[in-house]
Amino acid sequence: MSALLRPYGDATGDGRVQLSFTLPIASSERARQAALELARKMGFAEPQVVHMKEMGPDFSFFIVYGATAHSVDPAGLTVAEPDFPLLPSPEINRIIRDSLKRQLVVVGACTGTDAHTLGLDAILSMKGFAGDKGLEYWQEMRIVNMGAQVSPGEIVAAVDEHAADAVLVSQVVTQRDAHIFHLQEVHAALTEAGLRDRLILVGGGPRFSPDQAPALGFDRIFGRGTKPSEVASYLAWKVGRRAGLSEADLTRAATLA
Amino acid sequence: MRTSAPFFRPLGRLRIDEGVLAECRELATEIAAPVDHLAATHTTTSIERACLRLVGVDGIEGRGVEAVPIPNRVVDEIGASVGLERGALIPFFDAVASCGGDIDAAADAIAGRALTPRWPQGADRDDAARRAKEAAAAAVNCIEAAATARRDVVERVGEAERPWLYLIVATGDIHEDIPQAQAAARNGADVIAVIRSTGQSLLDYVPFGATSEGFAGTYATQENFRLMRAALDEVGEELGRYVRLTNYASGLCMPEIAAMAGMERLDMMLNDCMYGIMFRDINMQRTFIDQHFSRMVHALAGIVINTGEDNYLTTADAVDSAHTVLASQFLNERFAFTAGLSEEQMGLGHAFEIDPDVPDQILLELAHAQLIRECFPNAPLKYMPPTKHMTGNIFQGFLYDGMFNLIGALTGQDIVLLGMMTEGIHTPFLSDRDLALENARYIFGGAAGLGGELRYEAGGAVERRAAQVLEECRQMLRKVADIGMFAAIEAGMFADTVRTPAGGKGLAGVVQRAPGYVNPVADELSRRLGIGA
Repeated sequence: MSALLRPYGDATGDGRVQLSFTLPIASSERARQAALELARKMGFAEPQVVHMKEMGPDFSFFIVYGATAHSVDPAGLTVAEPDFPLLPSPEINRIIRDSLKRQLVVVGACTGTDAHTLGLDAILSMKGFAGDKGLEYWQEMRIVNMGAQVSPGEIVAAVDEHAADAVLVSQVVTQRDAHIFHLQEVHAALTEAGLRDRLILVGGGPRFSPDQAPALGFDRIFGRGTKPSEVASYLAWKVGRRAGLSEADLTRAATLA
Repeated sequence: MRTSAPFFRPLGRLRIDEGVLAECRELATEIAAPVDHLAATHTTTSIERACLRLVGVDGIEGRGVEAVPIPNRVVDEIGASVGLERGALIPFFDAVASCGGDIDAAADAIAGRALTPRWPQGADRDDAARRAKEAAAAAVNCIEAAATARRDVVERVGEAERPWLYLIVATGDIHEDIPQAQAAARNGADVIAVIRSTGQSLLDYVPFGATSEGFAGTYATQENFRLMRAALDEVGEELGRYVRLTNYASGLCMPEIAAMAGMERLDMMLNDCMYGIMFRDINMQRTFIDQHFSRMVHALAGIVINTGEDNYLTTADAVDSAHTVLASQFLNERFAFTAGLSEEQMGLGHAFEIDPDVPDQILLELAHAQLIRECFPNAPLKYMPPTKHMTGNIFQGFLYDGMFNLIGALTGQDIVLLGMMTEGIHTPFLSDRDLALENARYIFGGAAGLGGELRYEAGGAVERRAAQVLEECRQMLRKVADIGMFAAIEAGMFADTVRTPAGGKGLAGVVQRAPGYVNPVADELSRRLGIGA
């Protein structure tokens, strides 16, 4: 087994790659030469411009083939293992069904003085975010969106009333570390009510990072740019784990994060 | 010339059961009646703000992220002092009278709490009513003038051939959007939509001025509308064809954005009767009331509305839920009629979203698209490209978009939103749009005459599928009519989503009209449109 990987066009080790890009220059022989030179600088030997197309007076589009001089040793790479698997939509529904035999109930809220529901709605509402549907999209989830300026006490009451399985707390405003404080408040209120341990407690917001979860007593914290499908995958994986589904069963259709 | 054969709409190909079709329309009328009654007996903070904007109230108080639009301040102050049950315009024009007829001065005085609004009595009331009526007539003239101006410009520079190729621009910065939109127009786009910043629909105010920072889109502001309209007029003159501008009259500020679109001569507005309820969790009463007013503005401004039925297929299975698209279209059509829109202004939406692994999916897409074409023969249908099954395999995606264009060409779809092979990966590159236009030019040119030659087998698979979808639509509309629109939404009959009449965002802005409610702008709009307010 050869340790080094090179792209495969139609022969082992030929290193052939296709790429396309736009340059802000009118189409001309000079433009073509510029594309070739750029490809050479990218490490492609003997590049060919197979297509140059004028896009208006100021831009040209190129399709280029070339052979890369580079190779990689996959064994030498450090690969971070994701802490949960990304699951396809039907799998999320299936795992919840198999685990709970009913819908997973999610209570979501922005707490404290924070009136910014943008992040909460992006994760919860059907419309979702960045081409991803929100949690409402999954039939096996029931979403209770409490909106903004919700008190920890109101969250406790909602968890009780709806027999929630998971609580999502969103925080956008971070003045004087208010976001940290508000998560701690929610954690304390749920703990005092004796509900913490049966819940999946999730926090999120643009200023958080996942490694803050243990210190805040949360199961998972999501940071900037999180897509609803990541949260959905996490919730399904977590309930599956708690219900004793095997890791193989949980990850059989997973992709890498 | 893009096409060899002129655009036409193939009709009479499916032998549709006219009885079922008529029943669907009757059911939609029955379903819409209580909703129209709701709109006729209520107002909202956003409608009152829209009316103030139309009579010339604008500007902001404060700076930066703390800035509050003056129309919001004025409506809040009137709400707090005399209430909104009788409308904002009489108290506002009473203030105008006391400020010597100066609208800006009155707005600033109310916003700055230098003047407390009151409900005038006697001669003062008559004076305020007269001023309000005059201002309303002028405002409505301005909206109507947009329609006239559009006709004049189209006549002078030339009309775009159909189908109109529709492209989205979304950089977040209006000054970056403008060159991109102009480039897209030069490369063949007939309609430019400036997608809004994520979350704008949930803002209960309209941002002010030219903006350069948005999240995955550019804020809809009146100044941004004006700048883009001017840029497209400029490129339209250069190209010898009118380039249309689209934005979104949806969310909590639907009426205000409609008003701004009317004033700035936008040409199309995304405006669905239920989208905000289902997909944004905006309160249903707020949405239905706001929608009616918005559509009156659109009607008089000559704006083509684009409805959002494509969304039903991005969340549910496109085969199982095909009839929900049709049912929603009948409802959107009915609500559009009652607001004074003509059939020619109803850009009813649908989409090419069937899983490519479903056997005969192209046949099914053809059946759905042809059925909708025949159900709405005079509507400029808006056809949306695949998004849900775009996997990141851009090569397959490019082919998939080509099949979408082909079905669009064969069934005479009027407004075609071009699919991006990089859908779901990033906001389109300049080259993505160019390739999409190349794909569309190839298909719409190459298949221009083909649709006219096609006939479908009597009792064949296309016809049977169309009949099935129409029948499922009838059954759904019957169920909705039986329990009523609000209960149907509460039962999760649309988009599998449960919404309650008092739930969602924006209910606090809904106000029941008291006897003596006065809204000269709405009155004047309905009078000119020949409809009840």
